Amino acid sequence: MAVDAEPRIVGFLCNWCSYAGADLAGTSRMAYPPNIRIIRVPCSGRVDPLFVAKCFEQGVDGVLVAGCHPGDCHYVQGNYFARRRFNLMGRFLDYLGIEKERLRLEWVSASEGKRFATAVSDFTQALKKLGPRTNPT
Amino acid sequence: MARIGVFVCHCGTNIAGVVNIQKVVEAVQLLPGVVYVADERYTCSDVGQTSITQAIKEHQLNRLVVAACSPRMHEATFRQAVARAGLNPYLLEIANIREQCSWVHSKEKEEATEKAIELIKMAVAKVSRDEPLFPRKVGLTKRALVIGGGIAGIQAALDIASAGIETVLVEREPTIGGRMAQLDKTFPTLDCSSCILTPKMVEASHHPNIRLMTYSEVKAVRGFVGNFEVDILKRARKVDESKCTSCGICWQKCPEKVPAEFDRELGKRSAIYLSFPQAVPNKPVIDLPHCRYIKFQEWQKNPQGKKPMECRICEKLCPPQAVDWSQQDEMVTEKFGAIVVATGFQTFDPTGYGEYGYGRYPDVITGLEMERMLSASGPTGGEVRRPSDGEHPKTVVFISCVGSRDEKVGRPYCSKICCMYMAKQSIMLKEHDPEIQSYIFYIDIRAAGKGYEEFSRRAQEEAGTLYLRGRISQIYRQGGKLMVMGEDSLIGRQVEIAADLVVLAAGVEPATGAKELAQTLHISYDQYGFMNEAHPKLKPVETNTDGIYLAGACVSPKDIPDAVANGGAAAAKAMGLLSQESLVTDPMVASVDPMKCISCFMCQEVCPFHAVDKQKLRDGREVAVINESLCKGCGLCVASCRPGAINLRGFTNQQLLEEVTSLWR
Repeated sequence: MAVDAEPRIVGFLCNWCSYAGADLAGTSRMAYPPNIRIIRVPCSGRVDPLFVAKCFEQGVDGVLVAGCHPGDCHYVQGNYFARRRFNLMGRFLDYLGIEKERLRLEWVSASEGKRFATAVSDFTQALKKLGPRTNPT
Repeated sequence: MARIGVFVCHCGTNIAGVVNIQKVVEAVQLLPGVVYVADERYTCSDVGQTSITQAIKEHQLNRLVVAACSPRMHEATFRQAVARAGLNPYLLEIANIREQCSWVHSKEKEEATEKAIELIKMAVAKVSRDEPLFPRKVGLTKRALVIGGGIAGIQAALDIASAGIETVLVEREPTIGGRMAQLDKTFPTLDCSSCILTPKMVEASHHPNIRLMTYSEVKAVRGFVGNFEVDILKRARKVDESKCTSCGICWQKCPEKVPAEFDRELGKRSAIYLSFPQAVPNKPVIDLPHCRYIKFQEWQKNPQGKKPMECRICEKLCPPQAVDWSQQDEMVTEKFGAIVVATGFQTFDPTGYGEYGYGRYPDVITGLEMERMLSASGPTGGEVRRPSDGEHPKTVVFISCVGSRDEKVGRPYCSKICCMYMAKQSIMLKEHDPEIQSYIFYIDIRAAGKGYEEFSRRAQEEAGTLYLRGRISQIYRQGGKLMVMGEDSLIGRQVEIAADLVVLAAGVEPATGAKELAQTLHISYDQYGFMNEAHPKLKPVETNTDGIYLAGACVSPKDIPDAVANGGAAAAKAMGLLSQESLVTDPMVASVDPMKCISCFMCQEVCPFHAVDKQKLRDGREVAVINESLCKGCGLCVASCRPGAINLRGFTNQQLLEEVTSLWR
């Protein structure tokens, strides 16, 4: 695979908070780097570690999982499951030789367009600093 | 064989101004399964929707992708258009190329075009795995529950009941009326609060479709929209309401006197009491922790200390013998289709502001305490007197924003009503005694409302109230006076006023227990405990939980007209829901493949809605089965299912994986 200077990011955004937050960033015209491809899921707790693994297998440079703030989950506790699951998955990534910084978990509420834009910008920056994947697939 | 149609929307120049539509159309044409691509100036318009239905028919499309604004905006619109063409409405996916592309990458047109193509690619990949879904119909209980009997709750209950729907109004205090019942007059018309409220309270109690449950609390809520099951704790009054004639002998003769909560502890009430003369229901209640007979009974069980008097005076003197010691707290379970939450507010406790000396100096009172003093049925019979010595005050200082607009005490928001009630009270004081001079220390005068600015001017011009802009640094006692030290920030000078009475305009905060109730109802609340509406602009009385609506000051500080309008709005939403014969459920729920299920029931553990049941198969195996009426489609069970036996319709594993892999095709 060709080394791409621009990191490729897949974002799994929960429908109720983060996806709405991303929409708000759009409505408020808050620019962020165009590196992210967003996949809408009902809840951050819906995100199967398999999806993230598949992304890395496909050569994605970074995966963002975003959900409602702790305590604010539309489904009461879905984001707590996501938090536990992806903290664990980070350790697993290290084991696979993929830097765990390539997987990020963020809490973005429906009213936090700015926070979403900043999160994507920061993540893109961090991935650029990290450089391309050493074991792309 | 999938025959996918793709509509790329220009959205005027919102998308086309950034994304090169021509390039997108050319790229999308090459995607697998895509047989038709069109671009539309406004796809959501009548013209646009018609071309969708036409294209589906003409090109025998069996899947559709619309690349336009967010699905949160127009997914429902396009689903209807697809359905009109005779296609299952769930065979549609939206590629969000406006909010999440053109609007955020307006400076990077080339990258935005590339991103738009990829977003459409993902939607095409997902739609190729879409399956027709069919919503189910479930019945509903045509009854409504209103929690909170203040003005917002009363209005909501009256409106719902007038539409012919049976309504239960639950109030935790012994009487309905809420905060408004404690007020003397209302701004800006100076209507007597009781005179306009009590007829409504009586109407609610006599309405054939309303059942009042006072002295009761909601303890648990199960079920879902249209079919809620609610446990309500009915606390024992120890007074038989059917026998009691409200003659008043019991509360006059009861020897135990305690501070009256309704009068903000400025006056006293007996242990058997009526909160206020116009209480509805107009029946007394025995305050058990203070009742001497109850104390006596406790002593009998555990004889320690001095033997208390057996008392029972109320029981002995009651002419119709309505005192009933055998009454016990009782948990009742009722079914409802809709719930309106109207738990209202309480005022901020200013004890935390040490510099004002509230709690230390008896003559520093809150706005609500002043309200009780002004009220003719209040503890002073409508006379304004200093709590310390009972003298009539001549100089009164009001301090605004006590527990509002102050980060220090964790209350950065504006309480909205204080500016107006200070103006009102200063006018009322002048009416009570023309010699009273009022000073109001303010930060800003917020008088946005019909007739509010005029009213605030009236306080200044007619009642001669002096408005001073600035904060107070300290209050201390000197002689019989309260020395109020502050600054007038407009002239930039220190001021010192020798006041007889200081009134703190305590701000609005959610009622105690509001957070816990929100948790019981599974609705969200903000950091202060105010309940969250589904959308601050467009869904102000809905919550994110279907069938639960909000009214009044439980959402944010509100004045009476707002609370009343809110009550009516919440009622209209509840009526809209309950006027349906059956409810259509969202088909995007989980389903279990019983052949793959290994009976670990991890799904049951993670499900927040108790939607997973156990089902015995013919071969004796016990497998998980989803109760579709309870499932809300979060997918927690799907992600935790080890053998992959559960899938979420509309967001299947295959669909989401297809989206990921499509990016590299």
